[in-house]
Amino acid sequence: MLDNVTWPSTDYSRVPYVVFGDQAIYNREQERIFQGSSWCYLGLEAEIPNPGDFKTSFVGNTSVVVNRSANGAVYAFENRCAHRGSTVVRELSGNRENYTCIYHHWCYDHEGNLIGVPFQRGLKGKGGMPREFDKCEHSLKKLRVETYRGVIFGTFDHDIMPLADYLGPRIRDILDTIFQKPIEVLGYMRQRMPSNWKLYWENATDCYHAGLLHQFGTTFGLFRATQEGGSFLGACPGHSVCYSIFGSDEGSVSEGYEGIEAYNAEMKLNDASLLQYRDEDSDQRGLIIMATFPSVIFQRIANTLATRQIRTKSPNEFELYWTYFGYADDDEELRRMRLTQTNLVGPAGLISMEDGEAGVLIQRAIERERHASSVMEMGGKGPIGDQDHLVSEMSVRGFWKHYCDVMGYVPGSSS
Amino acid sequence: MNNSLASNSSRTIAQEVVREITDLLYDYVLCLDDDRLEEWPDFFIEDCIYKIVPRENLRLKADLPIWFCENKNMLRDRVLALRTCSVYNLHYDRHLISNIRVKCQDDGRFYVHSNYAVFQTDLIEGKTILFCTGKYEDEVVFVAGQPKFKVKRVILDTYSVPNLLATPV
Repeated sequence: MLDNVTWPSTDYSRVPYVVFGDQAIYNREQERIFQGSSWCYLGLEAEIPNPGDFKTSFVGNTSVVVNRSANGAVYAFENRCAHRGSTVVRELSGNRENYTCIYHHWCYDHEGNLIGVPFQRGLKGKGGMPREFDKCEHSLKKLRVETYRGVIFGTFDHDIMPLADYLGPRIRDILDTIFQKPIEVLGYMRQRMPSNWKLYWENATDCYHAGLLHQFGTTFGLFRATQEGGSFLGACPGHSVCYSIFGSDEGSVSEGYEGIEAYNAEMKLNDASLLQYRDEDSDQRGLIIMATFPSVIFQRIANTLATRQIRTKSPNEFELYWTYFGYADDDEELRRMRLTQTNLVGPAGLISMEDGEAGVLIQRAIERERHASSVMEMGGKGPIGDQDHLVSEMSVRGFWKHYCDVMGYVPGSSS
Repeated sequence: MNNSLASNSSRTIAQEVVREITDLLYDYVLCLDDDRLEEWPDFFIEDCIYKIVPRENLRLKADLPIWFCENKNMLRDRVLALRTCSVYNLHYDRHLISNIRVKCQDDGRFYVHSNYAVFQTDLIEGKTILFCTGKYEDEVVFVAGQPKFKVKRVILDTYSVPNLLATPV
């Protein structure tokens, strides 16, 4: 076990495999990233529209409750009784006037304040809490909460910069696009992935793999390296966006993919309705994938709209929690397209199932490795910045730069 | 449909029909376990629905599926994708089904309810896990004397899927 790592290169083009399997590093991530100075995705306001509505969520591996109070404001608190540590809320979602722990019935309000302690004054002059016991000192551990465009973020660092600054204008711009209208949550998809959460983060920020691993998407133009597109970073390099323009590579596909089996010009679907989509954006970005450090990915691929939250479980396991939504004013045809396109994404998705397998294949091969590192030079070495093409691993390096900053790892000089 | 299933049982259906539908279910999982995916669509009529729905979504209006074929061609396309371009875990599936209950409806469809469990064996290490469990809610029709699925609705109690779900349940 170790919790300090010497990074083998100063430009983050090397990643030591040891960071994907070590318990002490995992513990440090919980402390410095998830419990630390990060805005973490908690859910969507559309999931808790009414006063008293709640849902349970996670910050890293910490269970939290996010809810709407009687005055309409959104609050969140750690889901652990201030008395003896029991989980307070067991349901996935619901509506409550207050929260009573099952164990000794300590009761909390929507903000997490302790409002009731049974037998606090004892019975018939006997028992009870000491006179000086002050309920105000025993609230649930509260998160600071802010929302942007109906997306709820929380943090345990009450002194962190405002959410809008943490995201920065380029990330906010994508949220303005994806959450341009009131949304309606259609459902959830979950994957319990037996790999380190950062392998998924690498995957989601890796433009290079998308045009190779996901052959269904490559074949039918849902993402191709030959398309126009690119990637750019947010307020910190831990945030990044990858986008591509469907149909922008007509005529150049066969040449671009010559000798690469990832594109199958011969394949034809019996029912192409799966591929019918409506352009919802004036600039024709068919695919937008945005990773927002440290725990959420936003996507719009064709007409699929989703958030993917990373819920860490251990160094070699995490849950990927997809929230799939449409707009409240979807017409019938568009809503049907969104439902049909569930075939593309999630645990059984024709352009996403491969990511689970890729993570496992890496985890299996590197888990016991203490010295070797991966190599990421696609798109160039050196400074980390924006890219106007899709053959790049630049945003993955951006993630690692920010990760090291937050974790306190200083890159070495061996590059 | 749920009410009718709860209030009735296979007793009111001709035993011959029950046996044929039971055979359909057993043949269906045998086909999957034998990895004869090319034959899988033929358990369905052309105008069929096959969907896999995580149980946590049943409380929602849309009962959002993770797999949604709206006709037999979409089943064929899934098989095509699995055989030619999808990359997924190398595995054996082993389905167990039980508690098969058949209920006749006036429109000639038989509503069938059964439980399933899928054990999955990883081909790299030979380890087996309980991959998922849940129930089938099926609508079966007879075409030229043969029972076929018109609707197969796979409810996933295991709403957090172990890694990925590539092959049909």
